[in-house]
Amino acid sequence: MTHCAEPEIVSDTNNQTEQTLPLDGWHRALGARMVPFAGYSMPIQYEGIMAEHLWVRSHAGLFDVSHMGQVMITGPDADIALEALVPGDIAGLGEGRLRYSLLLNAGGGIMDDLMITRTPTGLYLVVNGAVKHADIAHLTASLPASLELNHLEDRALLALQGPEAVDALASIIPVVRDLVFMQANMFLWGEEPLWISRSGYTGEDGFEISVPAAHAERLASQLNALDMVKPIGLGARDSLRLEAGLPLYGHDLDETTSPVEGGLTFAIAKRRRADAGFPGAERILAELADGPARLRVGLSVEGRQPVREGAEIFAGSSPVGTITSGGFAPSVGAPVAMGYVTAGSAAPGTALEAEVRGKRIPLTVATLPFVPHRYVRKGAAK
Amino acid sequence: MTRYFTDEHEWIEVEGTSATVGITDYAQGQLGDIVFVETPEAGTVVTKGGDAAVVESVKAASDIYAPVSGTVSEGNAALADDPALVNSDPEGSGWVFKLTLNDPSELDGLMDAAAYQEFVDGL
Repeated sequence: MTHCAEPEIVSDTNNQTEQTLPLDGWHRALGARMVPFAGYSMPIQYEGIMAEHLWVRSHAGLFDVSHMGQVMITGPDADIALEALVPGDIAGLGEGRLRYSLLLNAGGGIMDDLMITRTPTGLYLVVNGAVKHADIAHLTASLPASLELNHLEDRALLALQGPEAVDALASIIPVVRDLVFMQANMFLWGEEPLWISRSGYTGEDGFEISVPAAHAERLASQLNALDMVKPIGLGARDSLRLEAGLPLYGHDLDETTSPVEGGLTFAIAKRRRADAGFPGAERILAELADGPARLRVGLSVEGRQPVREGAEIFAGSSPVGTITSGGFAPSVGAPVAMGYVTAGSAAPGTALEAEVRGKRIPLTVATLPFVPHRYVRKGAAK
Repeated sequence: MTRYFTDEHEWIEVEGTSATVGITDYAQGQLGDIVFVETPEAGTVVTKGGDAAVVESVKAASDIYAPVSGTVSEGNAALADDPALVNSDPEGSGWVFKLTLNDPSELDGLMDAAAYQEFVDGL
C-alpha cells in the first residue's frame, strides 16, 4: 500500500531540513502526527481529520499557523508604497482593520495572498509560510528605503475558529467580544500584549492571535484546557477552507493566475481600478472589462469518489480545465472540488466531468462557498 | 486458513486457492478516515506487487497492491456505501477483494502475524 496521490497539504519539502516551530513539543505531547510542510514540521492531525473538521464547525478548534510569515512595515506613507504592489485600498484602511489582498507580479499573476492590518505603529502583514521568504525579498526590493520591514520571527500565530471560539477566547480576554469580522486590536493577556484579529480560514467565526513565541505554549494550553476547544491539524484546516471556498496559495492560486481568474475581484478596490497603479493592471483591467478566459469555480462531485488536484476537467470530449483542490468535504458529506475552467464552462449548474484513473466522474459547477460563511459582522446581533 | 502480511501493509487470508485481501489495522490508522474504496471487478487479473485497488482518505488516495498474483473473484460491495468499514474493521468486514491464487508458492515470502507485528514495531 502506498500513496498514489500526494496529500494536498503536504508540500514537497525535504524532510531532512525541516525546522521546528515554537509549539512543536506541545503538538507531539498531544499525539499529533507531524508532517513536513512549508519547511517546517507541522501537525496534520490529532484524533482524525473528519472529527477535527466537524468539531470546528460545531465548537472551537485551535490551530497552530506559526509557519506563516508575520511582517511589520513601518515608516512614512507605508500604505501608499504598499499599494504599488497590491490592488487593494490600503491608504483607506482604518486603524484596527484588516483586508485580504494580493501581491502581484508585473504580469498580473498572484505571487501570494495575504492579510494586511493597519496597526497603530504600521502595517502588519500575514503571508503564506511556503513563500514567505520570497515575499519578504520582493517587499524589501520593491518598497522604498525609507520604510522598515521587520520579519516577526519571534512571534507564533494561533487561530481559534468555530461558533464557540468567541466564548472560548472571551473567557480569557473578555473584551475580544468587541471585535467584529476583519477588525483587530492589541489585547493584554496578563502582562503579554497579544495582537488579535477576528478573522480566519475556515468560514467560521473566529480569531487569529499573534503571540510572542516564548508564551505560545502557555496560551495554547490555556485555550486547549477549555471544554469547547480541541487542537486541530492542517488536514482539517484544508478541508474547512475548501468547503468555505477559500483558495489555497500554490494550489488554487499561483504566479500565472490573475485576481480576476481567481474569482477575487473583491480584492481590487474601485479607486485602484481607476488609478491602475498596481502590477499587471493592464491585464487585470482588461479581464475585468471583457471577462477572463478561465475562472476558478466550485465543483460538486457526484458519487463518493474524491476528485483531487491535477485531475483534468472535460465538457464532453473537450478538455476545459483542471482541478486545483479537491477532497472529501465532511460537513457536506460528499466530495467537493475547486478548479479552473474556461469561461464558457464556468456558469453555476454547468455539467462537466473529471477524469480520475481513466474514469469520468460527473461534476456540476457550484456556487462557492459549499458551506455558508458564519462571520460576525458589524451591526449583527452579538 | 492462514493469514499472511506484506511489507506494504496488506493482509491476505488463504484457504486452498482462494484468498481474501485487505489492509492492516496499522495501515488504516496511518491513512485516517477512509471515504472511498475503489475495489477491482470480478475477473480482473492482478499480479503480485501490482495495483489492485485504491483507498481514499479525506486527504489522499493510496494504492493497495496484490499480495500475490491471481484473478479477482469479488470486490467488497459493502464498501461502496460504507467505506469506513476499512477503519472500523480493517481485518474483518472491511476486506477489500477476494481472488483465486495462480501460484501458492508466492505466499512463501510473506510475513506471518508475529513477523508483521515486529515489522510494524520497527517503523
